[in-house]
Amino acid sequence: MTAELEQLRTTHPPAPPAQPRAGVLRRLRKDWWIYLFLLPTVLGYGAYTVYPLLASWWFALLDWPGFADQGTFVGLENFERLLADDLFWNSFRNSLVFLVCAVPLRVGLALFLAILLNRKKTPFKGFLRTLYFLPVVTTGAIIGVSFTLLLDAGGPISLALVQSGLLDSPVNFVADTGTSLFAGAAVWVWKWLGITMIYWLAALQTIPEEVHEAAMLDGAGPGREFLHVTLPLLVPFLVIITLIDTVGALNVFDLMYTLTAGGPAFSSEVIEIFIFRTAFGASVPQLGYASAAAVLFGLITMGLAVAQAVGVGWARRSIGGMK
Amino acid sequence: MTAAVESDRTQPRWRRILTRPGNALIFLGLLLLGVLWIYPFIWLLSASLKTQPEIFGSGLGLLPQEPIWENYARAWNVVGFDRYFLNTVLITGGTVLLIVVRSALAGYVLGRYKFIGKKVLIAVFVVTFFLPEGYTIIPVVQLTDQLGLLNTFLGVILGLGAGGQVAATLLYAGYFSGLPKELEESARLDGAGPLRIFTQIMLPLSWPITATVVILSFLFAWNTYLLPLVFTLSEPEMRTLAVGMTAFVGENSTDWPGLAAAAIIALVPVMAVFIALQRKFVDSIAGAVKQ
Repeated sequence: MTAELEQLRTTHPPAPPAQPRAGVLRRLRKDWWIYLFLLPTVLGYGAYTVYPLLASWWFALLDWPGFADQGTFVGLENFERLLADDLFWNSFRNSLVFLVCAVPLRVGLALFLAILLNRKKTPFKGFLRTLYFLPVVTTGAIIGVSFTLLLDAGGPISLALVQSGLLDSPVNFVADTGTSLFAGAAVWVWKWLGITMIYWLAALQTIPEEVHEAAMLDGAGPGREFLHVTLPLLVPFLVIITLIDTVGALNVFDLMYTLTAGGPAFSSEVIEIFIFRTAFGASVPQLGYASAAAVLFGLITMGLAVAQAVGVGWARRSIGGMK
Repeated sequence: MTAAVESDRTQPRWRRILTRPGNALIFLGLLLLGVLWIYPFIWLLSASLKTQPEIFGSGLGLLPQEPIWENYARAWNVVGFDRYFLNTVLITGGTVLLIVVRSALAGYVLGRYKFIGKKVLIAVFVVTFFLPEGYTIIPVVQLTDQLGLLNTFLGVILGLGAGGQVAATLLYAGYFSGLPKELEESARLDGAGPLRIFTQIMLPLSWPITATVVILSFLFAWNTYLLPLVFTLSEPEMRTLAVGMTAFVGENSTDWPGLAAAAIIALVPVMAVFIALQRKFVDSIAGAVKQ
């Protein structure tokens, strides 16, 4: 997707150097219909994406107890409070733990499945792919609710673990402070693995068959062939896929809110739930304070997006270098 | 080697599997994992047809002694499913339409024309590509409130479809930029204006992208949770399926069979659409990623 952006930027050379004013006006008049075509996007995007992006910064400077009220300007007070707020740092830490546990698992397991499903000799590939992909299309909030049953002490997962001797006594995974966050991460990996697998399959299919054949002719076994031939070719995709999934791991409100609502005792409260609780869940909404948290959250995600752009640029260069 | 390949082609599938034990093992492993993968859905289905004590008491057995269809009736009536279903269909339909129309229009000019401000527009798209919903939700509610659209379907649809969705625009732009230039030139010679060229030539040509965008935005709108949740906090009548079901759970957390039935009701439509269109689904996502 970002590659698309790059392409748009590069395939169309920049507009000719600045023309005299009259030229600009004439161009604008001639192209009026282009701007008409863009109007819905510019208006909608401006109001619902760009405006919120900027307004959050202003809201973050307000003490603002509800949408019906006018906020009072308090400067950087919200940020000062936030940095001293243990619950904010708790949610920050939870998001980080979630990300570090779940993303490598999702990316790695999906690659493993994709390699097996990409083999010519594996039968019923389409059917298997459907099985793994099915959870992807389902509603995250409904999945969260359903797994409160599945992960309950009386539910099938606890029961199966006890019967197979892996657990001594039944555990309610979502109601235990030690397991709730990891239970959420596991459900997230389960739900989204299929889409990462499809990314990987698309990546694997960019590697021409001859590359594998050449390696085989040189006497490389499947293991060595993968390590020395396939893997290096996949590195650029690894960067992109990891970053897509990382951003995904920060956007888990629907699943986590319905699974644990951040509990018990804030043990699984991720940043988005902190923002939601502060803005909409409390009896007195703290919209300014929540906005400050949202701004910090946005900065983290943007940082990752920049890393993505850099990573993609680097990846494209290395693909280009190989040709 | 060639002989083996030949016989591979002529033998039936099961025979091929049997003659290659390694492949059979891999297949069995993958199948086992696949069954494990959809087990939660099977368990939910089974729980939705059991009695409360049966869910706890029957261990890992999946077959109910006697299916209790009444669970579904209870979920349907208590939840007010018909209402939520209609709400979700309206919101999803409106959002998909909005995204398709505005993305196709913008993608067309972005993909085929140079104009003043294009670079700025693309830069804005790049910067906001990964803007999380948790970041924008407060200003979006405030804006909707100012516009007087809070607690209206239009408010929810605009909130979901008017911003974001850069991917859809870029998919259209990429596709349109690859079409030959002569298409417009000959139409223009025939005296067609930009709008006619777009609606009668370009839009029909781009149907593969339209299908992809419809599928992806359908999934997005049907499954979305945060925005409809926030928008309907004070208006239970307008809840979507996802919001309604989770609210039901909050109020009836001890009724497991009812919960499972409600979850099944909510999951079936989107799964059915997926299974009917699965090839297109997977190709859409793979295609979007490749670009």
